[in-house]
Amino acid sequence: MGEMLVLIDHNDGQPRKVSLQMLSAATKLAAEAGQTVSAVWLGEGGADAAAVLGEHGAAKLYHWDSPDAFAYVTLPQVDALEAALSASGADTLLFASSNHVKDVAARLAIRVDGGVITDVTDLAVGDGGRLHATKEVFGGDLITTSKVADGKVALFGVSPNAFPVEASGGSAPETVALDVTLSEAATAAKVTSVEKVGSADRPDIGEAAIVVAGGRGLGNEQGFELMEQLADVIGAGVGASRAATDAGWYPHRYQIGQTGRTVSPTLYLGAGISGAIQHRAGMQTAQHIIAVNKDAEAPIFQIADFGVVGDLYKVVPKLIEELQTRKG
Amino acid sequence: MKVIVPVKRVPDTAGEKKLDPNDRTVDRDGVESVLCPVNEFSIEEAVRLKEKHGAEVTVLLIGPDSAQPIVRKALSYGLDAAVQVTDDAISGSDALGTARVIAKALESMEWDLVVFGNQSADARTCLVPAAVGELLGVPSLTFARYLEVNGDEVVVHREHEEGWDVVSAQLPALVSVVEAINEPRYPSFKGIMAAKSKPLTVKSLADIGVDDGAVGLGAASATMYEFEPRPPKSAGTIVDDDGSGAAAAQLADWMAEKKFV
Repeated sequence: MGEMLVLIDHNDGQPRKVSLQMLSAATKLAAEAGQTVSAVWLGEGGADAAAVLGEHGAAKLYHWDSPDAFAYVTLPQVDALEAALSASGADTLLFASSNHVKDVAARLAIRVDGGVITDVTDLAVGDGGRLHATKEVFGGDLITTSKVADGKVALFGVSPNAFPVEASGGSAPETVALDVTLSEAATAAKVTSVEKVGSADRPDIGEAAIVVAGGRGLGNEQGFELMEQLADVIGAGVGASRAATDAGWYPHRYQIGQTGRTVSPTLYLGAGISGAIQHRAGMQTAQHIIAVNKDAEAPIFQIADFGVVGDLYKVVPKLIEELQTRKG
Repeated sequence: MKVIVPVKRVPDTAGEKKLDPNDRTVDRDGVESVLCPVNEFSIEEAVRLKEKHGAEVTVLLIGPDSAQPIVRKALSYGLDAAVQVTDDAISGSDALGTARVIAKALESMEWDLVVFGNQSADARTCLVPAAVGELLGVPSLTFARYLEVNGDEVVVHREHEEGWDVVSAQLPALVSVVEAINEPRYPSFKGIMAAKSKPLTVKSLADIGVDDGAVGLGAASATMYEFEPRPPKSAGTIVDDDGSGAAAAQLADWMAEKKFV
C-alpha cells in the first residue's frame, strides 16, 4: 500500500496547528486513494511527538533525530526528505506553505524532478490516486485547480486553516529512523542564532484562527495597544496594513498584504483599514470578515460579513467590554 | 563586488487581472504592467551595496520585448547595466521553469551575490530563489530582513513566524529580501534620464544554453487546468454606530453566534 507523506512543521517540540490540519486532511485523502499516511519529523523531538501524530492519522513516522536539521540553512532538510522519499517510495508530500518550508520544497523539487504547488486551500483525489489542488490566485480573485505532471513527485504546500483538525484516534505510529548523510554543500550556510520576537502568548498571524488588524485609521502607535487588548480577549494574532507599518506604528513583520504576509484565518477583524486591493490580497481568503471604519464608503465593507460604520476608538473598547462579559 | 538583481514584470495590482482561457497564462492585454513592487526593496538593497561597497549591479529580467520598459524602470534607480532574456519558448513556464532560465542566465554572467525579492506580487510562490540556488549549487539565504556583506561573507537575518534566524555563508550566494529590510527611495530625475543609455544585453535561450523544450508551458511540472472567478460574496450586515460605540453589542452578538467567543 502506498504512503502519503506529511512533513511536520514544528516549534519548541510541538507540531504546529497546520501540521495536525495536514495530517487530518491526508488521513481522508489517503483512505480514498488506498494509501496510508506517514509523518516526517526533521530535527529533535520526533519520538516524543509520535503519540499526537498517531492520534491525527499517522500510521508511520519517519524521523531524523539530529540538531543538524536546523543548524544549517534549508539543505539538511532537503537531504533528509530525499531519504524519506526513497525509504517510503512515496510520490506525494504535503508541507506547510510557510516561507522556510517553501524553500525546502523548491530545492527538493529540483533535486527529485518533482513539481510544487504552494498555498493550497483544498485537495481532492483524482485519476490514479493523484491529488488535485485548489489554490486562490491574484489576491483571491481567481480560484484555480492544478495538478503536478504525471510521473513527477508531487509536493503540496498547504495553507494554514485550510482544513480542520480532526483526531482519528489512531494509535502510536511505527517509527523509522532516517539514515541521513549530509552533503558538503548542506553545511555551507550556518544558522548562528535564532531570535524570537513574537509574543509568547499571542499566536502568529500566519496560523492564528483569528486575526485582528489595524490600519491608518488608528492614527498612532498607541492604537495598536488597543488592538492587542482586543486580540488577547479572543486569542487572536495582531496584524497591520502597510499604511500603519510604513508609519512606524507596528513592526513590518506583521504587515498583511501584497508585499507582506498572507493570512487565512477563520475570522479577520480590520479596524481603521479601508481595504485597498493591496491589503485585500493578503486577507481576502479569510472565512469571515469584520470591518470597523468610520468611512461608510471604504471598500472593505464590500467584502465584510459584518461591518460597523463608526469611530473605532468608541467601538473597539466597547467591543472588548462586550466580549469580556460574554466570556463570563 | 558584482551583484545581480533579478526583477519581474507583473500586472498592476490595481488593474483587472485576467487569465487567457486558452493557455491559462496571464493575459497582458488591457492590463498595465509594472515593476514588481517587491523589487523596489531588492533594488534599494543593491543600491546600498553600491554605496557601501562600490558594487557593480546588473538587472536581470526574463520576459518578452514588451517588458523592456520594466528593465529601464529598474535601471532608473541607479543600477549599472541590464540583461534581458527574451524567447517565445519561455512563455507559460512555471516557477521551476523560470528558475531554470534564471539559473542558466546567471551561469552566463559574473557575480558574487544575487538579490531577489522574496515573492512576486502576481504568483507569490516564493519558490524561485531557492530553486535557483539548488540548480547552481549555492546557498540561498532567503526572506532577509537584514543583509550585510563582510569581505567574502554574507550575513542575513532570515525572517520566520517567531522572529528570525541569523545565518551566514561565503559568497557566491543568493539572497531574497522582505519588505522589512529597507525604505526604498524613488528614482531621481538624473537616474531616470541615465537609465535610457545604460547598456542592455538581450539574450535568447540558445545564448544561455537552454533547450527550448526544457521550459515553457509544455515542460511545466505543475499545471493549472481549471480556473473560475471567486464567487461574489453575499452582502454582509452593516450597522451604523450612533457615536457611542453601542453598535459593538451587535457585533459581539454576531461573533458569539458564529462561536468566535
